[in-house]
Amino acid sequence: MIAVDGLIKDFGRTRAVAGVSFDVAAGEVMGLLGPNGSGKTTIMRILTGFFPPTAGSVAIDGLDVERHPLAVRERIGYLPENVVLYPDLTVMRFLRFCAEVKGVPAAARRARLDEVLAACGLTEVAGKLIGKLSKGYRQRVGIAQAIMHRPRVLILDEPTVGLDPRQIIEIRTLIKALAGSTTVLLSTHILPEVSMTCGRVIIIDYGRIIAEDTALGLTQRVRGSDETRVRVVGPRVDVLAALATIAGIDELREEATTDGAIAVVARSTRGDDLRRDIAALVVGRGWGLVEMRPLAMSLEDLFVRLVRDDRDAAA
Amino acid sequence: MRTLALVRKELASYFAGPLVYVVIGAFLCATGLQFYTTLNSYVTIGFGLNILEHFWEEFFVNYIAFYLLIVVPLFTMRLIAEERRLGTIELLYTYPLRDREIMLAKFAACLVVFLLFVAGTLLYPAIVYAIQPFDPRPFLARYLGTVLFLASCIACGLFISSLTESQVIASSCTFVVLLLFWILTWNEAAVSTSLVTVLSQVSTFDHFHAFATGVIDARDCLYFVFFIALFLFLTLRSMESRQWRGRR
Repeated sequence: MIAVDGLIKDFGRTRAVAGVSFDVAAGEVMGLLGPNGSGKTTIMRILTGFFPPTAGSVAIDGLDVERHPLAVRERIGYLPENVVLYPDLTVMRFLRFCAEVKGVPAAARRARLDEVLAACGLTEVAGKLIGKLSKGYRQRVGIAQAIMHRPRVLILDEPTVGLDPRQIIEIRTLIKALAGSTTVLLSTHILPEVSMTCGRVIIIDYGRIIAEDTALGLTQRVRGSDETRVRVVGPRVDVLAALATIAGIDELREEATTDGAIAVVARSTRGDDLRRDIAALVVGRGWGLVEMRPLAMSLEDLFVRLVRDDRDAAA
Repeated sequence: MRTLALVRKELASYFAGPLVYVVIGAFLCATGLQFYTTLNSYVTIGFGLNILEHFWEEFFVNYIAFYLLIVVPLFTMRLIAEERRLGTIELLYTYPLRDREIMLAKFAACLVVFLLFVAGTLLYPAIVYAIQPFDPRPFLARYLGTVLFLASCIACGLFISSLTESQVIASSCTFVVLLLFWILTWNEAAVSTSLVTVLSQVSTFDHFHAFATGVIDARDCLYFVFFIALFLFLTLRSMESRQWRGRR
């Protein structure tokens, strides 16, 4: 549904996008992940035909964005980053304008407007000026205008930024409900969002793709490196020495505590039985095992590592 | 159809805020005051035989057209500059709208608003007509000229608004450019006669003046049509500039 090939975009001497290629299949939800300024918004703006690429091509539903701009825009719903709408229009007036411009037939317009207002939870603010709405409501108006004409492709630039946790859940539910019937490409720099909403993820940095994986694959990469945090009450030197004897611990790192217990993070690639060994050892010596929990590597850690590895490789 | 939808949205934006009402009020107060005082001085002092003809000529040139020239930049400054500053231009550029549809809708909506200004001035000839009926045909020329001049000012303002994100820059530059076109031939003594002939062809003042005397000349009409077309063309090129920026 979305085919991006060899995309390059220069702004003056700055190369914002440096050769990006990917495909998104119909009905798929694809996440575009990257730090701020990595080129996510630029890629999305090229996809929507806001400006053309310096080199490379983009096809939406088999139509080249540059050659068939109007046909492509009819198929796309786009939520820009930091969505700012016309502050002096009411929600209803603005959405009616969207429906008219995006070619929702006059006979079906009223019903479609009500449907979209309800889906985005905007029914009760339909008569309010957009400028008077809270950030969360404005974001929902932005999503409402994007889905108004039932686009085949939905491009959402940071759809949940600036929303409170309840609103974030609502927006995610909305996106998930659209998956299957609509192809969605969404960008974010919030990692858990990707695993919750996206089937596949592209990680970009400095305008290049540094990783492409399924959400499941990403989660598995995260599990690959296991750290266990243990807190023990006992003589410090003995505890540390004893723990060091356990086979399979790659690294032992002591952490500061405030309650007198000894806190140690053990890194190992062995898996679950490490914890069993630690527990047996501590209890066997008669020390107190206050806490033991696996420290799963977070998506943030993975992301930081991917970006760092990539930059190291480039250097 | 899509263009009309955009025109309606633009009009909704205009009338949602107080600017239109305030400026129309101020415009009618100012022209109304000039109407009263100027007509009074013509009647009491008298300037030649055809007092009314000369009065209307001066009233349309010095007051209606000139006051319009002053208020047009206040409205055209936001046309594209504000959309760019707010970021809403990104919505328009990614909706199924052609650039020329966006441009024409903005131009048309602004023109509609200013037609209200012009319609308000119909009051003045109506008052005089109620006291002393006259041949209304010269007013066809005066109002045709006013609308053409107005559309020219809007086209120029639209173009300048498309060049910047700052409304202050847009309005001040538009005012300066419009004023320049207006006063181009005012100091005829300062330049050679051959230069004045050229300048008077370019000046909006000279072409409007013919209309104000009650004459419709095809050359004056063509001048304004060309003026409008030129600035609309430049606006379109300016909007399309995002297509070639960042290209090699």
